[in-house]
Amino acid sequence: MADVPILSLTTFLPLVGALFILLIRGEQEAVARNAKSVALWTSVITFIVSLFILTGFDPSNPGFQLVEEVAWLPAFNIAYIKGVDGISIWFVLASTLLTPICVLASWDAVEKRVKEFMIALLVLETMLIGMFTALDFVLFYLFFEGVLLPMFLLIGVWGGPNRVYAAYKFFIYTFIGSVLMLLAILAMYLTAGTMDMRVMVDYPFPSNMQIWLWLAFFIAFAVKTPIWPAHTWLPFAHVEAPTAGSVMLAGVMLKMGGYGLIRANVQMLPEASFFFQDVVFFMSIAAIIYTSLVALAQSDMKKMIAYSSVAHMGYVSMGIFAMNQQGLDGAMFQMLSHTFVSAALFLCIGVAYNRLHTREMAAYGGMAKNMPRYAVVFAIFMFASVGLPGTSGFVGEFLTMLGVFQVSTWYGMLSATGLVLGAAYMLLLFRKLFFGKLEKPEVKAMSDLSAREVAFFAPLVAIVIIMGVYPASFQNVYNPTVEKILADHQASLKAAGLIEAGAPKTAELRTETPATQPASEN
Amino acid sequence: MATFPDLAPALPEIFLACASMALLMIGVFRGEGSLRLVSWLTVASFIATGFLLLQGPEGRNVTFNGLFVSDSFGTFAKLLILIASSLAVILSVNYLEKERVARFEYPVLIALATLGMLAMVSANDLISLYVGLELQSLALYVIASFKRDVAKSTEAGLKYFVLGALSSGLLLYGASLVYGFAGTTSFDKLAAVLEGGASVGVVIGMVFVAAGLAFKISAVPFHMWTPDVYEGAPTSVTAFFAVAPKVAAITLFIRVLVGPFGDLAMQWQQVIQFCAGASMIIGALGAIQQKNIKRLMAYSSIGHIGYALVGLSAGSEEGVRGVLIYMAIYLAMNVGVFAVILSMRQSGRAVEEVADLAGLSKTHPMLAFAMAVFMWSLAGVPPAAGFWGKWAVFLPAIQAGLYPLAIVGVIASGISCFYYLRVIKAMYFDDVTEPLDRPTPTAGFVVAGAALFVFPVYIVFLSPITSGAAAAAAALFGAR
Repeated sequence: MADVPILSLTTFLPLVGALFILLIRGEQEAVARNAKSVALWTSVITFIVSLFILTGFDPSNPGFQLVEEVAWLPAFNIAYIKGVDGISIWFVLASTLLTPICVLASWDAVEKRVKEFMIALLVLETMLIGMFTALDFVLFYLFFEGVLLPMFLLIGVWGGPNRVYAAYKFFIYTFIGSVLMLLAILAMYLTAGTMDMRVMVDYPFPSNMQIWLWLAFFIAFAVKTPIWPAHTWLPFAHVEAPTAGSVMLAGVMLKMGGYGLIRANVQMLPEASFFFQDVVFFMSIAAIIYTSLVALAQSDMKKMIAYSSVAHMGYVSMGIFAMNQQGLDGAMFQMLSHTFVSAALFLCIGVAYNRLHTREMAAYGGMAKNMPRYAVVFAIFMFASVGLPGTSGFVGEFLTMLGVFQVSTWYGMLSATGLVLGAAYMLLLFRKLFFGKLEKPEVKAMSDLSAREVAFFAPLVAIVIIMGVYPASFQNVYNPTVEKILADHQASLKAAGLIEAGAPKTAELRTETPATQPASEN
Repeated sequence: MATFPDLAPALPEIFLACASMALLMIGVFRGEGSLRLVSWLTVASFIATGFLLLQGPEGRNVTFNGLFVSDSFGTFAKLLILIASSLAVILSVNYLEKERVARFEYPVLIALATLGMLAMVSANDLISLYVGLELQSLALYVIASFKRDVAKSTEAGLKYFVLGALSSGLLLYGASLVYGFAGTTSFDKLAAVLEGGASVGVVIGMVFVAAGLAFKISAVPFHMWTPDVYEGAPTSVTAFFAVAPKVAAITLFIRVLVGPFGDLAMQWQQVIQFCAGASMIIGALGAIQQKNIKRLMAYSSIGHIGYALVGLSAGSEEGVRGVLIYMAIYLAMNVGVFAVILSMRQSGRAVEEVADLAGLSKTHPMLAFAMAVFMWSLAGVPPAAGFWGKWAVFLPAIQAGLYPLAIVGVIASGISCFYYLRVIKAMYFDDVTEPLDRPTPTAGFVVAGAALFVFPVYIVFLSPITSGAAAAAAALFGAR
């Protein structure tokens, strides 16, 4: 396996599938059918291929692995470098897993221009995987921006009534954020003399320069993550996007922000990250409390989940900038958990929407009686979202809060209120949809989950529960990388004289892996 | 002194001058209906000129007593101009026939304008600069009002003429000030005189010259004519205006500022920075309200000139290289877009509203996809070529420490996304109102070629174009 460029293969396989779909000609119905099956096969094969990344990956090695390097544009010092480390590998797999699920979820839901839809979805997959595996900053940027094109079309062509506004808002927010990042990349290139991210991670950028670079990167990733107050595009994009679009958006695209924050802000700009720590905490806590309250007031169920995403990502940004083992560990876990939980919740909403074509909670009620299977699946993901012990959501939120409590009790306390609020709005949603009298005739007529729907929920349910019961299975892969990142971080802060060499932060006092503790309680 | 000048460096220009006279003769003797023949002959003579250009003497050659210079900087720009002019002529033929203005003077005027552009790119003296510029401008004034029966077209021509004359006046006034205070008009001698600093008079003169040239590239604050002329002129003329004259004027601009006034960089950099920033902002904001796609492209071109000037305002060799790369990409994008605009016809009638593109992705999927590629590229979204153009100009700007300008630039490009996306929205999100006619095969080929160039061929050609532009920039700076 060593000679096969497995990362490039995973990245570009979906694109090959998209080209095949492009070539499909014939009657409209046949084209739609063939496009769907080609998309499904391509994405499933991509997923299988991507599993080889996991088998070829050595978790004990904290550096970049499976590296591929080819000179590309020597005139600009740009190379084609790919590689994964513990941080990025799970996101690659998440992308490859969610794409076939999205194809299945759109099987009947997408009726017009199926061929183009599947092409957009596969191109999106390529861009996402490419972005997570890129180790050259220009390549990273190309894929980062490349995600915009298919997503813009997914929202704009197949979205809801207000799709044009949502698509614009999504595009312009993310674009302005990322062009600032481009300037920062250029400035870093001119200082470090290379575009190789592996070199930049270790390059000590001057302190005053770090501040500006950090801000540029932070704006780009804060829009993507999204961090309050740059989150306003998200509810619109989610509400208007088709189910598959929402799933990819919540499942993987938001993680691009979190990944970027770890990779660029924390790893490359440690001093500025230390400097801005409190700002990020403030914004994260504002996100957790404010968006939870906003979610509580929604009558549109998709919007509610969208706001809950912002709140959950608040834990992520908080955990990342806690800069200790628990915080970063928890942030990673929370991101992974959110990937599957929010994707599943959007799929759940898609199930109801496909049957009744409305997202108003008031239109539903009492579904627990006629759709028991659906109610069970929804309940599992709702509990995972709330953070019930035994589900993946608990581990992530618990660890991030543990990390934040070490930094400041106040921050920890304030962020804990998010848990209560989260439970409040999710239970409210569940009650309105599933309990009460089953009296609306169109709700009565709804059928329970079909075999196809069960097929795409089953792996997600399994993952969410495995992550909750045995979190080490996921953590072991990224723990050495997280440890190395934190060690590097502390070292560069010490070198800069920002923290005293003799007095390590509380984070370093606890050396055992704390992540297994909450799991053992279950 | 009375020796016969060396003609070899100016051979392409001399050939083109003779060829345009011959074309005029052919047209006159063949009379009506000779548009096609003259057009193709014009393209052939452009190609021959390009060939002569590549065969020309190596290195830097000055002739005609220092009035004329040929170097690889000029050659790079001239090749771009010839490509742009050839494509403009190729695209025009069908349009002119359909609009019933098929007169043979059109290609001849384009040939003369192109000759003027080649001459101004090669100018090595304020006098030859002016002569080249005016030859170009006079031909352009005429073709702007080529549809003489249509009020809008004549209005466009007149507006262009009046404002163009004003700008020429500014330029001449500036040139006379420079001459008065520095005592020479030759670029080489000016560079030597100004080496030790310049008097206020020269600086004022230089600013006037810059203002005159800024008018020609429609940089803010001398951009007001652009939207009206773009909209009023026949579309095929707009397609020509948008590319070749811009390339010529901006290379001339670079040559004047870097060559004779190279030592006054401190002074002109401020001017260029202001023009660049203002052009980017006005280009981005002005286009938001536009419904006519030609006006939209006018504001877009104002914005793009702003980006190109970002590279120039860095004042470095890399900056000039960036501008040249930018203009090469700008050429491909604009030719492609205008080939699409020229194909916008509903039952034989030319239409030019953005809304007329509604549902294009359903009726003409390939055309819509190509147009979408151009729009992504114009917006500067990677991996399309436009991104690499922005890359090439912003890198030197940041190197020169022009952070505020770079930030203004990227914000403006974010804003400008809005109207580029509006075109995509019309094509992909909206439903068909009235389908467009099938584009002609020539337009189809040009669109396909340009789209393939913008993405993905450009990635492959990036290195040759970059090294060509690098050699050109090095030649310019090496001469100092």
